[in-house]
Amino acid sequence: MKIVALNGLLGYGYNKEALDIAFSEKVDYLGVDAGSTDPGPYYLGSGKSFTDRGAVKRDLALALPKALEHKAPFIIGTAGGAGSSEHVAWLKEILVEIALEKNLSFKLGIVLSDVSAEYVIDKFKNGKLLNMSDEMPIDNQAIEESTRIVSQIGIAPIIELLKKDADVIICGRACDTAIYAAPCIFEGYREGLAFHMAKIMECGAMCSEPVAAADVMQAYMYDDYFELRPANPIRRCTVDRVAAHTLYEQSNPYLIFEPDGVCDLTNSKFIQVDERTVRVSGSEFKEAEEKTLKLEGVRCAGYRTICPATIYDPKTIENFDFIIDTVKEFVKENTKETMPLDSYKIFFKTSGGKESSMGVVLDVVGKTQEIADTVCALARSRMLHCDYDGRKSSAGNLAFPFSPSDIHVGEVYEFSIFHLAKVDSLLETAKIMIEEVGK
Amino acid sequence: MKKLIEYTKILRSKNAGPLFITFDLIFNTKEDMEYVEQRLKKSDVSKVYGVEEEKIDIISYGVVNSIKITFPRKNISGSLADNDIYGCQQHMPLANIEI
Repeated sequence: MKIVALNGLLGYGYNKEALDIAFSEKVDYLGVDAGSTDPGPYYLGSGKSFTDRGAVKRDLALALPKALEHKAPFIIGTAGGAGSSEHVAWLKEILVEIALEKNLSFKLGIVLSDVSAEYVIDKFKNGKLLNMSDEMPIDNQAIEESTRIVSQIGIAPIIELLKKDADVIICGRACDTAIYAAPCIFEGYREGLAFHMAKIMECGAMCSEPVAAADVMQAYMYDDYFELRPANPIRRCTVDRVAAHTLYEQSNPYLIFEPDGVCDLTNSKFIQVDERTVRVSGSEFKEAEEKTLKLEGVRCAGYRTICPATIYDPKTIENFDFIIDTVKEFVKENTKETMPLDSYKIFFKTSGGKESSMGVVLDVVGKTQEIADTVCALARSRMLHCDYDGRKSSAGNLAFPFSPSDIHVGEVYEFSIFHLAKVDSLLETAKIMIEEVGK
Repeated sequence: MKKLIEYTKILRSKNAGPLFITFDLIFNTKEDMEYVEQRLKKSDVSKVYGVEEEKIDIISYGVVNSIKITFPRKNISGSLADNDIYGCQQHMPLANIEI
């Protein structure tokens, strides 16, 4: 069985000829990951995609007709980067637009994976919520303040949609591995091999050299092993690249944690089959006694205004701590009649500074945009003219690269939930739908 | 004594999810890996990053002559005080440890 990964992230682009090569032989499944928490909490919070609409449409428009022609179900993981129902709707709209333009029709499967605050509170109350790090505890307030919460689905909902003969599947928040592991396990391949293959494929051609998240990757599944070969002839898979891939962004190179269990690579074997192909065997799967789904939630942390600047005078840099204290005190004094002290936070984000220049971003987060604007303006002007002992550059402390100097960033989000929920069924958070497009 | 980075082919940091930061040290030879493996202590990592020793995992991955170090982020990715959302520029304190 042949599975193709379009690339490592929908919207990052890929070589069209490589896609043609991949589809020059029979393809059974096509997949692409579209999500990541790497860009931070903003995208889940705002409901916006972190990939560009035009780039996503291009990546889909070339691939969709080929997948339909080959009757290869096309599985798209974590729509819009963060996978909430709004992100799914955004991606669906693009797909429908392509279908209309190219006169395509297909059966569209959708898995939504949003969960309500009530669902999480219930888990918390019943001791079914597990902390992943001490730095991220949980309480009822954190849950209630969360504006969007999603669950990372595993293979189960995707398999449900494959059973219903979906041609295209859009997932809400999904484990990256689920995209590629689900069809293999659905077709009866061994779970250990399926998850290991999926972990590598979800990054596109990252496991090849020259390395590229933005290119097409191919996997061939067999009973006792799988093989990987990049579609683009300029790339090759090597044992080192493929074996090193499980280091990347993983906390443990031997273990891949999944909602269903753990994929253990301790006994995995890697063989160079030909110049461009690597064979992997021996990866084992251990089913978890207790199944878990990872929950991701965000809350609004306020509104941000920033002011970037540079300091070149070493004497000013030397006195920077004094300047910070002076600025904070000044802002406090000058806002005490108009805003409570806890309605804003000021950060001075610096870089460099010891030998030459120092970059500083004055970063203010306020309860409203107006508060952030006011505090940033006060802090900026005070910082610019702050006097200190021995100061010779008495015209100003900061070089501003921009006019206006202050930038209104808008709403700021932070992760409020990043926890594992013990579940009775791996389908319990999934809302599965199927509909005809283009008929 | 050399800096840790001088022993490595790849030395990088990256988020392992928003709550954890992970470092990959990949070496040219098994000998280099073992040399560092025997000398790099959790206490060294603890000192330069200000994180408790018991929260630090150091795992050797001999398949590709590498060592992985993972610990929880003090500032969760994207939290107000965070300065590196992707976590990919956190490797220098580790790189400069003398081995």
